[in-house]
Amino acid sequence: MITVIINGTARQFQHSISLASLVEEMGLTGKRIALERNGEIVPRSTFNAQQLSEGDKIEIVVAVGGG
Amino acid sequence: MNGKLNIAGKSYSSRLLVGTGKYKDFAETKTAIEASGAEIITIAIRRSNIGQNPNEPSLLEILPPSKYTLLPNTAGCYTAEDAVRTLRLARELLDGHSLVKLEVLGDPQSLYPNVIETIAAAKTLVAEGFQVMVYTSDDPIVAKQLEDIGCVAIMPLASLIGSGMGILNPWNLQLIMERVQVPVIVDAGVGTASDAAIAMELGCHGVLMNTAIAAAQNPVLMASAMKKGVEAGREAFLAGRMPKKLYSASPSSPTAGIITSTRS
Repeated sequence: MITVIINGTARQFQHSISLASLVEEMGLTGKRIALERNGEIVPRSTFNAQQLSEGDKIEIVVAVGGG
Repeated sequence: MNGKLNIAGKSYSSRLLVGTGKYKDFAETKTAIEASGAEIITIAIRRSNIGQNPNEPSLLEILPPSKYTLLPNTAGCYTAEDAVRTLRLARELLDGHSLVKLEVLGDPQSLYPNVIETIAAAKTLVAEGFQVMVYTSDDPIVAKQLEDIGCVAIMPLASLIGSGMGILNPWNLQLIMERVQVPVIVDAGVGTASDAAIAMELGCHGVLMNTAIAAAQNPVLMASAMKKGVEAGREAFLAGRMPKKLYSASPSSPTAGIITSTRS
């Protein structure tokens, strides 16, 4: 069991999954998003290759209306 | 003299820049922005909602980057660090797009810019290759410093964000324009079309607004009015207004040949 913080909320996973799987589980596959892991940008092209680790802080953002 | 606005090497026909927040729905957002004629539109970067309906259209499907120059902002950031992080995420989100709007706020009541944090963030962002359009106070010295750092447009407030109070200090805007070479764009405070016209008559290179359109009773009609206000103000600036003649009238009609009464 690992615990990670996603957009400020703690979530638990039975085992480590890839960032691509996380994005898929959140229903965001194919959506225009950007992902930050522990303060560093993770390029979309590397989502498949990167696994979640215990204690990771993940931010996933989208574009919304704003002035 | 053709009226093109040049920012970071790209030219734009419209001098009205608009935000995409506070609209009733995406349909109204799209129609109002089309009516404004704006080519540069600001967007915000926010956490994706866990459990969001994945079939809902996203903002960028309504306002595609192929049609508009998107200007991701740092609204809601109170530190240089948060603003820089937000814009790094925006650059990744928009496939390397580097034109951004930096704003670092001082407090949530006034939304007044924190110029110390703004300057720190601008230095980092310029060093990382961003093209920074910067929201700032109407302080001419700070404006010049931001230009010297390498910002591509200086965007002073005319009054507080979302206040609709109009152009409160035209003198400071003019002091800024005398000092900086990059475009000066009034960002924040415009309430109605005459405010936009006044900013342009002063010689500002453009106007950025959101609430003045989105919070109007009829946002689409106000978007059209703002387009005309900006265009009218720009033309008046280029035309060069007549000098003001204090305390002395000058008739518009010939003074000779007036019929006179012949009473004696």
